[in-house]
Amino acid sequence: MAAVNLPRALRDGVLGAVVAAALALPMLGFRLVDSSQALTLGFRFDWVLWAALVVGIGRFLLSLSRDALPGRLPALALPNWGERFPKARLYLGWGLAGFAIVLPFLPFADRSLVDKATLVLIYVMLGWGLNIVVGLAGLLDLGFVAFYAVGAYSYALLATKLDLSFWLCLPLAGLFAAGFGVALGFPVLRLRGDYLAIVTLGFGEIVRVILQNWQDFTNGPAGISAIPRPTLFGLTFTANAPAGKTTFADYFGLEFSGDHRVIFLYFIILALALFTNLFTLRIRRLPIGRAWEALREDEIACRSLGLNPTTIKLSAFATGAMFAGFAGSFFATRQGFISPESFTFIESAVILAIVVLGGMGSQIGVVLAALLLVGLPEWFRELQQYRMLAFGGAMVLIMLWKPSGLLSHRAPTIRLGKEKAA
Amino acid sequence: MSPTPLLQVEHVTMRFGGLFAVNDLSFTARPRQITAIIGPNGAGKTTLFNCITGFYKPQVGRITLHQDQGPVYLERLDDFDIAKKARVGRTFQNIRLFARMSVLENLIVAQHNALMRASVFSLAGLLGLARYSKAEKLGTDKARYWLNKVGLLHLADEDAGSLPYGSQRRLEIARAMCIDPLLLCLDEPAAGLNPRESQELNTLLTGIRDEHGIGLLLIEHDMSVVMGISDWVVVLDYGRKIAAGNPAEIRADEAVIRAYLGEPDEAEA
Amino acid sequence: MEYFLQQLINGLTLGAIYGLIAIGYTMVYGIIRMINFAHGEIYMLGAFISLIAFLTATTIGGTSVALGLILALVSTMILTALWGWAVERVAYRPLRNAPKLAPLISAIGMSIVLQNFSQLSQGARVKPLPPLFKGGIEILRGDSFTVSLSYLQMVIIALTVLLMAVFTWVITRTSLGRAQRATEQDMKMAALLGVNTDRIISATFVMGATLAAVAGLMVTLYYGVIDFYIGFLAGIKAFTAAVLGGIGSLPGAMLGGLLIGLIEAFWSGYFSIEYKDVAAFSILVLVLLFRPTGLLGRPEVEKI
Repeated sequence: MAAVNLPRALRDGVLGAVVAAALALPMLGFRLVDSSQALTLGFRFDWVLWAALVVGIGRFLLSLSRDALPGRLPALALPNWGERFPKARLYLGWGLAGFAIVLPFLPFADRSLVDKATLVLIYVMLGWGLNIVVGLAGLLDLGFVAFYAVGAYSYALLATKLDLSFWLCLPLAGLFAAGFGVALGFPVLRLRGDYLAIVTLGFGEIVRVILQNWQDFTNGPAGISAIPRPTLFGLTFTANAPAGKTTFADYFGLEFSGDHRVIFLYFIILALALFTNLFTLRIRRLPIGRAWEALREDEIACRSLGLNPTTIKLSAFATGAMFAGFAGSFFATRQGFISPESFTFIESAVILAIVVLGGMGSQIGVVLAALLLVGLPEWFRELQQYRMLAFGGAMVLIMLWKPSGLLSHRAPTIRLGKEKAA
Repeated sequence: MSPTPLLQVEHVTMRFGGLFAVNDLSFTARPRQITAIIGPNGAGKTTLFNCITGFYKPQVGRITLHQDQGPVYLERLDDFDIAKKARVGRTFQNIRLFARMSVLENLIVAQHNALMRASVFSLAGLLGLARYSKAEKLGTDKARYWLNKVGLLHLADEDAGSLPYGSQRRLEIARAMCIDPLLLCLDEPAAGLNPRESQELNTLLTGIRDEHGIGLLLIEHDMSVVMGISDWVVVLDYGRKIAAGNPAEIRADEAVIRAYLGEPDEAEA
Repeated sequence: MEYFLQQLINGLTLGAIYGLIAIGYTMVYGIIRMINFAHGEIYMLGAFISLIAFLTATTIGGTSVALGLILALVSTMILTALWGWAVERVAYRPLRNAPKLAPLISAIGMSIVLQNFSQLSQGARVKPLPPLFKGGIEILRGDSFTVSLSYLQMVIIALTVLLMAVFTWVITRTSLGRAQRATEQDMKMAALLGVNTDRIISATFVMGATLAAVAGLMVTLYYGVIDFYIGFLAGIKAFTAAVLGGIGSLPGAMLGGLLIGLIEAFWSGYFSIEYKDVAAFSILVLVLLFRPTGLLGRPEVEKI
C-alpha cells in the first residue's frame, strides 16, 4: 500500500476548487433574468462558493483514495460475474424472465409499477434490437430511433386510416422498418465507423423532420391520436363494448378494471421482448450471427474468407430495424397518441447508452442498463428537472467506472468441450 | 511437372500515385507445389498478394486461376468472391484473427458460405431443423481435423486473441484451410516463430501440399523455410521479377545476390 | 439575381459560424478519433457566457457597447476554453485506452449534463438581446429587392477570416502546432519522442472551445436570441460540416461549414424552410457516397 501523499491531495483539492470556481462563475454566479423590458442580471455568488467547495473536497478525497487503494476502488466493486460463474448468467436470465412473468400478480405491484415496468421493457426490447447492430455487428448507429418511429407511424396510420388490427399491423410495421433499414443501409453501409454514425444520425433527424412537416400524411407536429388499442382475440379492454364486440371483463365475468389493459399491454411487450431475446440468442449460434460478430472483429479477415460484408451488414441493420419497428408499433398502441416529439435524437442516445453500458453484446447487460437508466429515474419523477442532469451524469460515471460495460464477458457460441479428445 | 499452371500472373502492374509497387510482373505457380515469393523489404510482395486476393485491383494485367471447370479471372472478382468462388485462401502479415471469438468459432466462421447454404440462409437454423445441426456437425468435424493438424485442439474453446503468437499464426492457416482452398497464399507465416516452431511449420506446409493437393504461394524472409520446402522461387525487387527457378538455382543467381547484398561495384566506389 | 446575392451573403455568414464550430470537431477527431458530442454544448455555453459577460461589462462596468463587446469576446474565449478543458479532463481523459464507444457515450452523457445544467442555472426560456449593430451597406439596389450587407455580417466574416489565419499560423508554424500534427499522425511515437500528448490533447480541446466560444458570441449577436438547446442542432450541423469537408482536415471543416451554411440559406430561400436540415444531410450522404472521406479528406489507404 502506497503512502498517503497529503500535500499532493491538498494541492489537487485547491486546484480543483479554483477551476470549479472559474467554471461556475459565469454560469452559476450570474443569472440572466428576462424581465419584460430587457435582459438583466441576477447574482448568486454564494453558489460559486458552494460549487468550489464541493469540487475541491471531492477532488481532495479522490486524490487521497487513489493513494490509499492502489487496486482502484472500481475494480473491487463489481467482479466479472459472468467469467467467474459461467452458469450464473443463465440462472440470472431465467430468474429475471420468471420474475417478469409473475410481476403483475405480486402484492406490491400496483398499476403504476406495471406501467413503469412496461416502459422499461420497451427500452429493453429496443436495446436488444440495437444490440444486434452495435453489439454484435459493430455498426455504430446513432439514428436507431428512426426505425422506432417508422414502426410507430406504420401502425398508427394503418390502424387509423385503413382500420387494420394491431396484430396484423405488428408484423407489417416490423417489415416496413426492416425495409427502411435496407433502403438506408444499402448506400451507406460501406462507410466506415464514424462516417456511418453521422449518416445514421442525419437519417434519424431526416425522418423526424419529415414526420413533422408532411402535414397531409402524418398530421405534422400535432401527431396522430385515437390510435386503437390492441384486443385479445377480439376482446376489447374498454368499459363498454363497441358494437359487435365483447369486452374482456364481460367475457370472463370479471368486474371491469382499467388495470386489465395495463397488465395486458405489459404482457404484450414482455412477449415481444422475450421473442427478441430468444431470436438473438438463437441467431448468435447460426452462421449469420457468427458472421456479424466476425465482421465486428475484423472486416478484412471476413472478406478473405468469402464473407460478403455488405449483405452481412445489411442483414444486421434490417434485423435490428425490424425489432425497433415492433417496439414502435407497441409504443403507438400503448400511448394511443404519437407525435414526432417522441422520436428525437435523445431516444437514440438513450438506447445506444443502454447497449454500451450493458456491455456490448450482452443480453442481460441490456436489461440491467435499462433498469438503471430508464427504470430508476422513473422513481424520481418528482425531481423532474434534475432527472436528465442525473441521467447524463450517470452515463458519464458508469463509463468511467466500467469502460467496457457492466457485463462484458462473452461466452463462445459453440464449444468442443469434452469432445476435444475424440 | 503438370502441364497447366494453377495460378497465372500476367503483366500485373499496381501503382500507388507515382510509385510502381508491382511493375509488369508475370509468373506462374503450379498445383501441388509450394511457390515462394521472396525479395527485399518493399519489393512489392504483399501488394502482389493483395492483387491476387482482390484487396487491390491492379491497373494492368491479368490473374488467372485454373480450376477443373475452367479458368477464373481473379482481377474481375470482388475480394470475397475470390475466396468464395475462386477458392483462394490467405493469411495476413499482421495476423487477423477474430480475437474475441473462440478458436473454434474462428474456424466455423470460415465455413460461413457452406453453412449458410445448409441453413437456407439461417432459416432452417432458426426453426431448429435437423438439416442445420447436421451441417454444423460436419463443420465442427472439419474444424477439429484442422485444429488437430495445427496442434491447437486442446485450446479450441479459448479466445483466439489470448493465444501465443506462434499459435495464432497456425490458427490463421487452419482457418484459411477451412474454406477448402485450391490455392493458399501465406504472408510471412514464419515471422516471429522460434526455430522449433519454424520447423513444425515446414512440416505443416509440406503436409498441406502433399496430402491435400493444393498449391501454396508463400511470402517469406526465413530462408530456411524458403529453401527447405519450396519447389519454385520467384524473386522480386522494386516490383519486378528478377529471377525465378528452383531453390538451388536461386541460391546461385547473380541478380538475386545483388538485390540482397547490394551492387558490389557500388560498394567498392 | 439580387435575391441570389442576398442568400449568398446570408449563407456565408451562417457558414462562417458553422465552420468555426466544425474546426473543434475536426481537430479532436483528428487527434483522438473521437466524436466530441459535447462540443455543440460548449458552443452553447459560449453563447451564454458571452451574453453574461457583455451584460456585466455594460450594465455593471458601465463600459461602452464596443468596449463591452471586446471584453465579452476575450472573457468568453477564456472561460469557455476552460469549460472545454474541464470536459476533456473529467469525461474523456480517463477513457483514453478504453473501448472505442466508451468515450462516445461519455460525450453524449456530458452533452446531456451541460444542456440541463444550463437550463437549470439560466432558465429554460429564450434569452433575447436587442440588436447592437444596426445598419449596413447596400450593395445592390434592384427593382424590388435590395441586397444589403449588415455591419454585423461584415464583422462576423472578417473575424472568422482573422481567426482562421491565426489558427493556420498556430498549426503550421508554432511548436505547439507541430506537436499537434505529430500526435495526430502517431500518438505513441510522438510520446516516445518527448511530446506530452496529454497536454497536446488538452490544448486541442482548448483551441476548439475557443473557436466555439467566438461562434457562440457571433450567434448571440446575429440572431439576438439564445437558449439552452441551441447547441444540439448547431453541433450536428457543424459535425456534418466537418465530415463533409473531410474529417481531420482544417480547411475542410471551414469549407464544409460554408457549404452547409450556403445550402441552408439557398434551400430556405428557394425551396422550403422546413426541409433545410434534410437538404444539408442529403448533400452529406451524396458527397460521402462519391468521396467516402469527404471533400478535402485524405483518402485512407487501408493497410492490409
